[in-house]
Amino acid sequence: MSGQTTVGAGPGENERVGKHTTREVLKVDNLRVWFHTPAGMLRAVDGVDLSLRQGETLGVVGESGSGKSVMSRAIMKILPRNAELLEGSRILLDGRDLAGVNPKKEKHLWGVDLAMVFQDPMTSLTPVITVGHQLSETLRYHRKLDRKAARSEAVDLLRRVGIPEPEKRYHYYPHNLSGGMRQRVTIALAISCSPKLLIADEPTTALDVTVQHQILNLLQSLQESASMSMILVTHDLGVVAGRADHIAVMYAGRVVERAPTRQLFRQMRHPYTRALIDAIPRVGMPSQTRLASIPGRPPVIIDPPPGCSFAPRCPSAQDRCLKETPELESDTDSASHAAACFYPLGTAAGDAARQRNVEAGVSAAGTPVTSGTVI
Amino acid sequence: MAGSGTAHLRDEADVVLRAENLIVEYQGRGGERVFAVSDVSLDALRGETVGLVGESGCGKSSVARAIMQLPPPTAGTVELDGEPIEHLTGADLREKRRKLQMIFQDPISSLNPSRKVKDIIAEGLRIQGGLSKDEVAARTTAMIERVGLDPQRAGDRRPHEFSGGQCQRISIARAMVLDPEVLICDEPVSALDVSVQAQIMNLLKEMKERYRLTMVFIAHDLAVVKNLSDRIVVMYLGKICEVGGSDDLFESPTHPYTRALAQSIPEPDPDIPIGPAALTGDLPSPLAPPSGCRFRTRCPLAQDRCAAEEPAIREILPGRFTACHFPLVEPRSPGLGAGAAV
Repeated sequence: MSGQTTVGAGPGENERVGKHTTREVLKVDNLRVWFHTPAGMLRAVDGVDLSLRQGETLGVVGESGSGKSVMSRAIMKILPRNAELLEGSRILLDGRDLAGVNPKKEKHLWGVDLAMVFQDPMTSLTPVITVGHQLSETLRYHRKLDRKAARSEAVDLLRRVGIPEPEKRYHYYPHNLSGGMRQRVTIALAISCSPKLLIADEPTTALDVTVQHQILNLLQSLQESASMSMILVTHDLGVVAGRADHIAVMYAGRVVERAPTRQLFRQMRHPYTRALIDAIPRVGMPSQTRLASIPGRPPVIIDPPPGCSFAPRCPSAQDRCLKETPELESDTDSASHAAACFYPLGTAAGDAARQRNVEAGVSAAGTPVTSGTVI
Repeated sequence: MAGSGTAHLRDEADVVLRAENLIVEYQGRGGERVFAVSDVSLDALRGETVGLVGESGCGKSSVARAIMQLPPPTAGTVELDGEPIEHLTGADLREKRRKLQMIFQDPISSLNPSRKVKDIIAEGLRIQGGLSKDEVAARTTAMIERVGLDPQRAGDRRPHEFSGGQCQRISIARAMVLDPEVLICDEPVSALDVSVQAQIMNLLKEMKERYRLTMVFIAHDLAVVKNLSDRIVVMYLGKICEVGGSDDLFESPTHPYTRALAQSIPEPDPDIPIGPAALTGDLPSPLAPPSGCRFRTRCPLAQDRCAAEEPAIREILPGRFTACHFPLVEPRSPGLGAGAAV
């Protein structure tokens, strides 16, 4: 996948064209979530803007500590106590500002408007109640179904998420089910009231690869049939490559690159995105291939120094990257493609910066750079 | 998958590790028996990395522990340099353990939190004995440096001061300082982020080259296993499905389970179309594994014969060993098994 200079259709290019003439379901503006820690304020999410239309899937990709899970929890309004949502952060769901909404009072926010699937299915299941009962309870509460109707709807939901013999499984406790089956139950719970937005936070990370494939296919088909919007949060670019309409790559609490999926893979602008994909071993590579690893590790963002947070690890870093923080800016060729980098890959400035560092053998931050370093 | 048999074992002079007919059974909570590993054999040549892949519950970690004698297997033999090690105790076992080292998935919990890094790494050398204090210190320092840490700064710190990737470097140093012949790696990169995972994988490759190290590498991520291994053993529910060279195993799988694994890998490329899931259902319980071929309950090609008769491992193609009655190869010559291409 070496970088090509061709860039696809202009603004508004969409992966699955025709479907997205619809309304904006989610809009996130300058979201900042900081944590009070003994060492100081930790900037878990530090200025994220996102937008998601009805029926779209947004893939959010990042390593641990990039802020991707905190961002999804902020949207769900399930942040821990030591988290602080900073002034100016706005989350609009269907045009409604969630800031004033108290999910405990507004009982249909969770489930009806917003639903979430977690990495560990036991996070959302009660171990002491049968899965069928947990489902029908939800249906009676939110959809005001009577006992009998809720029960048959619950069985139907279990069937829709691919659980064999749903009448029998209805009476199972979560511990009677395998990890994959439990995740299907949490998905059934999540979609039971047809939410506008489903956030799936690493839904398959704990599952085996063959089960992962089943669950991802299930999420996608449910989302398409209900025209639901979905945020798929993952550390694995492979999980979102064929499934998301757009991808946002996060690093150190910020979105560093955002683009329609194909465009992102066709022309990565941010050196981190490039480095991230080059570090993934691929089955197509011959055995014993040396991987292009990224030196160092992601920063902990307490009192960050000025400059780009990726600069210390970046093979393109210049003096400017150590002094100023780049903002997410649209590509000159496509408004839907944006990167937060002064020297984006595939541009004259970016190529010159990389070339300079290769010739000097070192980046402005002092990281060794060779021509073999990434691409 | 039922595959039993030892057809894939090699009779070459430089076989360093040979595990034959390993059986590992645990006592379940209700007194029932858990069949974790049922008749698995494998070998590794000097300087070779043998990858073990399979989904959780397939017994790959139990195989690793059985080789390490932690605990010893219920039945079966393990030979290191041609000498059996399964009945050794005390000093004899200690000597063999020097040659047989292991690194684990969770790098932080596998290091003693209250000890300094240099003491953690030096401990094996001290237990082995025969070296002066200065020699121990010198070897420790050299090894810390070799795994990419700064001995001046790292040696006096404790594990909690390091990230997961750095702790895995420390684990590797602790294993390598004893100059082992065989290194067993049980999911050593699964807990790490992609960018750090690549660093550790490259480090393991350097170690292998430099010391002509033999490795048994276990992971659930097929691409990771392929990248590091020369030969791959695919396991399912305590049995071997398929054994082959890593460069062509996933390209031309001959076992339906290997093919299903290969088709399930999420590729970071939006132009690769996503097909329907290759397998349905879940892993059967290891308390009551299916009769015959253990994969038959999820196998798209299963026939009556698969329930009645356990397939033996046989050489299907040169260097490719498969335990399946209906392998995915064109019939080449009589006796090589009927092809069931799809």
